[in-house]
Amino acid sequence: MMNALASLDWFLIATSLAKTVFLLFLVVLPMVSYTVYAERRVSALIQDRLGPNRVGFPTTLLGLKTDISPFLGGLGQPIADAVKLLLKEDFTPAHVKKFYYWIAPGLGIAAVIVTLAVIPFGSSFLGVPMVIANVNVGPLFIFAISSLSVYGIVLAGWSANSKYPFLGGIRSSSQMISYELALGLSVVPLFLILGRLNLPEIVQYQVKNGWLLLPFTDGKLTLKEVLLWIPVFISFVIFTISLFAETNRLPFDLPECETELVAGYHTEYSSMKFALFFLGEYAAMIAGSSLVVTMFLGGWHLPFIPDGANQGGLDFLHAVPAWIWGIVNITVFFGKVAALLFFFIWVRWTLPRFRYDQLMRLGWIYFFEIAFINVILTAGILAFFPN
Amino acid sequence: MAYTVPRPKLTLAEKFYLPQVVAGLLITWKHFKNMLLGRTKIIMQYPEEKWDASMPSYYRGAPTLVRDEHGRERCVACQLCEFICPPRAIRIKPGEIPPASKWAKVEKYPEEFDIDMIRCIYCGLCEEVCPEQAIFLRKDYAITGLSRSEMIHNKAKLYELGGVMDGVVNKWNPKK
Amino acid sequence: MVNVQIDGVWMQFPKGTRMIEACTQAGKFIPRYCYHPKLSSPGNCRMCLIEMGMPKMGPDRKPVLGADGKPEIAWIPRPQISCAQDIAEGMGIRTSSPMVEDCRKGVMEFLLINHPLDCPICDQAGECRLQEFSVEYGNAQSRFLDQKVKKPKNVELGPRVTLDAERCVLCSRCIRFMKEVANDDVLGFVDRGSFSTIACHPDRQLDSNYSLNTVDICPVGALTSSDFRFKMRVWFLKETKSIDVNDGLGCNITIGSRENIIYRITPRENNDVNSCWMPDSHRLNFKYLHNERRFLGPQIKTGSSLAPVEWPVAINRAAEQLKKYALTSSLAMIASARMTNEELFLVGRLAKALGIQKFDVLPRVGEADGILIPADRNSNTSGAKLLGLTGERPGARLPEIAEGVRTGAIKALLCFEDATRCGISETDLAKLESIVTMDILPNKTTALASVVLASSGFAEKRGSLININGRLQRLNRAISAPGEARDDWEILRDLIQAVSGSNGIYMIEDVFKQMAEEVSAFAGLSLSKIGDLGVQLLSGDGKAAERLDADQPVAKTPTA
Repeated sequence: MMNALASLDWFLIATSLAKTVFLLFLVVLPMVSYTVYAERRVSALIQDRLGPNRVGFPTTLLGLKTDISPFLGGLGQPIADAVKLLLKEDFTPAHVKKFYYWIAPGLGIAAVIVTLAVIPFGSSFLGVPMVIANVNVGPLFIFAISSLSVYGIVLAGWSANSKYPFLGGIRSSSQMISYELALGLSVVPLFLILGRLNLPEIVQYQVKNGWLLLPFTDGKLTLKEVLLWIPVFISFVIFTISLFAETNRLPFDLPECETELVAGYHTEYSSMKFALFFLGEYAAMIAGSSLVVTMFLGGWHLPFIPDGANQGGLDFLHAVPAWIWGIVNITVFFGKVAALLFFFIWVRWTLPRFRYDQLMRLGWIYFFEIAFINVILTAGILAFFPN
Repeated sequence: MAYTVPRPKLTLAEKFYLPQVVAGLLITWKHFKNMLLGRTKIIMQYPEEKWDASMPSYYRGAPTLVRDEHGRERCVACQLCEFICPPRAIRIKPGEIPPASKWAKVEKYPEEFDIDMIRCIYCGLCEEVCPEQAIFLRKDYAITGLSRSEMIHNKAKLYELGGVMDGVVNKWNPKK
Repeated sequence: MVNVQIDGVWMQFPKGTRMIEACTQAGKFIPRYCYHPKLSSPGNCRMCLIEMGMPKMGPDRKPVLGADGKPEIAWIPRPQISCAQDIAEGMGIRTSSPMVEDCRKGVMEFLLINHPLDCPICDQAGECRLQEFSVEYGNAQSRFLDQKVKKPKNVELGPRVTLDAERCVLCSRCIRFMKEVANDDVLGFVDRGSFSTIACHPDRQLDSNYSLNTVDICPVGALTSSDFRFKMRVWFLKETKSIDVNDGLGCNITIGSRENIIYRITPRENNDVNSCWMPDSHRLNFKYLHNERRFLGPQIKTGSSLAPVEWPVAINRAAEQLKKYALTSSLAMIASARMTNEELFLVGRLAKALGIQKFDVLPRVGEADGILIPADRNSNTSGAKLLGLTGERPGARLPEIAEGVRTGAIKALLCFEDATRCGISETDLAKLESIVTMDILPNKTTALASVVLASSGFAEKRGSLININGRLQRLNRAISAPGEARDDWEILRDLIQAVSGSNGIYMIEDVFKQMAEEVSAFAGLSLSKIGDLGVQLLSGDGKAAERLDADQPVAKTPTA
């Protein structure tokens, strides 16, 4: 027993815990709240409105002379919303299937959060690699786990025991299954190119050879890279669009489209259980964006900037302590994620919702076939340029 | 009779979706950018800036009760507004004016007159139906309260909001 | 039968039909103020003017026949009132000719000359003939420029009737009613011309027990009920057809209620029972239903006072106490001849289940007034007799029960009336070990009771009653009972179930169905078949009457 305990890598456990806490509570959850805020502000600005611009921080309650109303105002809104959702009455309708009704929101968000474990959100910090679980099947792990999140939605739709959630649940499951296929198939060319499934290593590959989508970031451009850029770009488009469908975002938000299904699968939910679905949806966006950033956009890497061990980048920057570059890498990573999130929001407030048959045809007839041909195309190019 | 809506013929680029999507994104981007840089000027900061001055005469705000130029309450509790009110927001308890009163010949008055402003839909039917021109929709629109009971305007509140209004109904007034 | 041509169509009517009635039966409504089918016809409102003609006579004193073989009509060149004349053979009537319409317009204009136009405060608004006919036949605008005649307003003609003389159209319906029906000729016209008004005899008041009927028949808002005055506009009232329960006659009534509050009760025409009238004392006797002392739920005695409990608790307590004395002579029951047939039927079952031998009802006898109020003031004495809850002479066994209570032979009492009115003194009552009672308001018995079951008033429940003439009539629910109080039959059903097990009764229709199976007089009937006007169930001597208006029971034949 003691031997078993002694053989544990206590340093690994401690740093993993610290990373988990940091990632989940200090980055992802606040990011979710402020993505909601950004969603409201950006949508307002796109529609020539202002959006939430009033809520500051009521510091007068703490004895200060004035309330803080931060730049542009409204930055207190997510906190106020969170407090409101926590204090609302948690209402469980009498007609629901209680067990599944309670478990569904948890399933939805848990699956999404678990996927974050394998995302390399930085290079290294004080010698500790900035990834919680360095597994060799990163993308597969993410696809496997994120497929589970459909259970949350399906169970919510079914357990609510009323027609709109039920329809929402059905739509969600069929939609998820349709796009899972295109999603998985679209990244196969990347694996052909990279030859590995370990996400930190994928990032390292891009640091050395240029980002997959922008192959010139390493300063040189070969014919092979130019030719391979075509299938990579196709992969990127299909992957990104499928991600919209996977995260139930407009233009593919049919499981919860208000005009037809009230609020879809979470019609019967209120208070914190509703908030969990909400969190899950935005956390899924963050997880998906992280994956895109990691696989296509070089992860934490920015040209000329050294990594957390002061390797690479411009030579004169090595004078700065390595841990600062560690922090910069993390910031760069989440900066890229934030830019993608803005893209998500931007698309949502631009495009109308697809019709259901269009959605299905897009998934099964176009994306699936194109992704399949894309695999063959990549294989052909790689066959012409053996290493 | 079945009628097939003709679908528009799409060009190749349109069939491909993406160019259209990009065009749409550019439009929203323009709005976003202009708004962010403060070039769009169509916003009114509501509680600080108000539209009251440019409100039209026919604006339908909160329903109120009015007195005539002699200070007599116009309402005689005929309950037609209570009857016509689509959301049933009005509740009237009629009463008899005591014989000693100056207006004893009017005989009837509302003992209680409640308008539930949570229910009120500001349709103005009460004003239209009133045979005594006693109820008017005034320009108050920001009707708020911290409790449900606060949102029920009782008779005192309604007269306070309504004030005095000269009108054409002179039936009960002394002849000049 | 008499042949009459109405608006060009030949029809047949019985001899002696008034012209106005013939037109109404032909579907041509003629506006009227003074005419009332139950009163004499003075013909003083002139609203029912029509154009009339008689057959053209040839030189041989025979009617001249037209091309269609029917008599040609010689029209009288001036209008006639249709309310004061019977039809005659070959008569022609035009109800909508230009002249008739002009006449109506003119009459309406005259009637409205001095009208105060105070509809917003007038209680008649909504059921006012002036309003209705003004819309249908009148002018939209007044051409009258002169000062209107001022007349007395808000005059108390009697304790229950208020007069507004300015609204009066001088139809004299009220005068004729008081003279012809109420036999109390106190009203009359005074003054002349425009100043003519209704007035009471100077030494008298309009205080007859039938005075409120004048308010009903007043076609305008001149006579209003002091009780209903300014209480509620009539268009809000939900009208429920029911019957009066204050005496054995069971006047047909309409209950006007809004949101669970009764505002007024008006008589409903039933020529076999009460014509169009009802006594004031009965129509005003509904306020006790809204008494704040009403039982809002069942109560049981805990210690020395009553405490409210849940229904199952009260029912179980009552059943427990009754079962203790079941099948012995120490349990007696006082039923009520004011209960409905359904309730009495269930009371009978309960008595059978408990083996009660001593039971009777409380008789209430007053003085008959010779018009509508009979001596029997219980609404269902006939029903109690028919269902065997009392003998030929109601209340005959009450002294025996009272004696039993006094001597201590009776230890428990199941009581549906105030027992202190049945000859049992309060001190004797206090000696009883158990009193189970069902009532709507507290009385001396409920104060001493061990279990009080809160029941419903007459406007809060459904059921049927048999009047003194053997007519089966129906009560309908106008409002719901206050608080947790329940329908009497439901309470009795639960009590029977608690005493002797399930009985397959879920709705009041089931009670009637079982009653119809057991009591032959009810055979083939159901609550819905009773209809609004009732069914003659028994002839005057208590035997089953021949029913023409109800389905005969179908003999059950085995289908083998």
